[in-house]
Amino acid sequence: MKAKTADKIATVVIVTFALLIVAVLAGLLGYILFRGVSHISWDFLTSVPQKIRAGGGIGPQLFNSLFLLVLTLIITVPLGLGAGIYMAEYARPGRITDFIRLIVEVLSSFPSIVVGLFGLLLIVNIFGLGFSLVSGALALTVFNLPLMVRITEQAFRSVPTQQKEAGFALGLSKWKIVTTVLFPVALPAIITGTILSAGRVFGEAAALMFTAGMSSPRLDFTNWNPLSSNSPLNPFRPAETLAVHIWKINSEGLAPDATQIAAGASAVLVIMVLLFNLAARFFGRFIYRKLTASRRMN
Amino acid sequence: MVQKTKVLSGKNSKSRLEKHHIEDLIGRSYMSFCVLLLIVAIVSMVYFVMSKGLSTFAVNKVSVSEFLFGTTWSPEGDNPSYGAFPFIAGSFVTTLLAALIASPLSICAALFMTEIVPGWGKKLLQPVIELLSGIPSVVYGFVGLSVIVPFLRNVFPGQGIGVAAGALVLSVMILPTITSVAADALSALPNNLKESSYALGATRWQTIARVVLPTTMPAIMTGVVLGMARAFGEALAVQMVIGNAPFIPKSLFESASTLTSVITLSMGNTTMGSPQNNALWSMALVLMLMTFLFVFVVRLLEKRRAIR
Repeated sequence: MKAKTADKIATVVIVTFALLIVAVLAGLLGYILFRGVSHISWDFLTSVPQKIRAGGGIGPQLFNSLFLLVLTLIITVPLGLGAGIYMAEYARPGRITDFIRLIVEVLSSFPSIVVGLFGLLLIVNIFGLGFSLVSGALALTVFNLPLMVRITEQAFRSVPTQQKEAGFALGLSKWKIVTTVLFPVALPAIITGTILSAGRVFGEAAALMFTAGMSSPRLDFTNWNPLSSNSPLNPFRPAETLAVHIWKINSEGLAPDATQIAAGASAVLVIMVLLFNLAARFFGRFIYRKLTASRRMN
Repeated sequence: MVQKTKVLSGKNSKSRLEKHHIEDLIGRSYMSFCVLLLIVAIVSMVYFVMSKGLSTFAVNKVSVSEFLFGTTWSPEGDNPSYGAFPFIAGSFVTTLLAALIASPLSICAALFMTEIVPGWGKKLLQPVIELLSGIPSVVYGFVGLSVIVPFLRNVFPGQGIGVAAGALVLSVMILPTITSVAADALSALPNNLKESSYALGATRWQTIARVVLPTTMPAIMTGVVLGMARAFGEALAVQMVIGNAPFIPKSLFESASTLTSVITLSMGNTTMGSPQNNALWSMALVLMLMTFLFVFVVRLLEKRRAIR
């Protein structure tokens, strides 16, 4: 009897705590969206922020975030794929492989602010790239690369070995097997992982404060020449991202409607992350169906 | 005719072989380049943070013990002192508190997903965990600032900003890390262990408490350590709610600072190479060494799991 009461109490406690977490998420999302969505308008999304007056928007910041994300993915995806495939298919178990695995683990658990400081010292100052989108993208590369490596490695490892063996039986070289047999099967998982990691990069701020900078020049959205200084496409201009902007207005915002702007910007950020999540699921399934004969991902 | 085809195909297969070899070589060298880049990244990172962080002690002649255990931080005073102990203490206190709050919740969530209602429990909690881990840290900071801080200010003495607010924000942030690792560990547990416990007549709670949790403890601890690593390195969310006073807090509701919050706030206002700037780099060095320590502990725990 006593054991049964203990069992009942424990079950109730566990279920309560689990539901509490669901409630926390629901509360969080509800609060952010409820506070923020009413402030989101086309004008808010496209106009320039105001320093002291009310009514500023987040246009340049939003654009910077997206552009920086694209730049980062252009750098990290090929590199991450290469290193990940190496770890999954070529690396022989031994000391060197262990060492590389340790590096990936350490790199991915480095605090983002340390990565930011490293970027400030090496990329911004020593390489002389200044506070710029390129510096930010390189810092995010340090931050994102281990993630990509891990995603790729797991995706390749989860491909059934029979498929690889079939390739060998046909007399294909290892590289051919990797590119034509394993890669298409692994691709949906890689794409899902990449989009999820993109969501994380999108919300990253600490590593960007000291690399991409905390200001945005006046952008002329009609000027698409990547080399001129006020062009939005110029990768060597400083760029404050949305996440950095939220931090800045929360800690030193002077505008009278700073809290509303922070709420609106937070809502935009969260909605973007939710979209990334949905897109990851959707694209993964879609591409899996395109590339393979089976209809469902396991 | 027959001979001719044979010769041709022989030639073809030879050239095909060569093409494959070249492709293989290019692929291999590209991949080695990628891996090399990872190694270069970490080596240069360790080198630069070390060289900058150690110059506080080598160039500015601040003693290590003064930096680690000195309690006064006044780099701009007439008699500057660089005691970082308040920040180190702040980092440790908030991290430990966050782990204390988040661990029981996460373990319960993981048990809920794997033991209580494996079907819809997992369907319910999995997306919740993914979404929680996807929410950016500045958003957590913003919510902390506009919900947790006013709440604490109304209920408890003090301004609301402080250690408690920081720990609460961090605990929500590390929930997903601990939960997903714990859930993986629990679902990897062989079924026959549980079944034999049930066969002996044990209730579900007895099975969980005496069989499931003890056998998966090292793996769950891995999750807790990973969560603590995340909490220790988190910068902006904590900085927004902790108050950033350079003192050792006497109560949970007093404002304090962490290593990350001091770096965030002061790095932009100091010139490269000044003693204060170097002291900030030393704090970054402490953060880096702590990361190494966390990774080391995780590895130890994984080894223990492997032996079992």
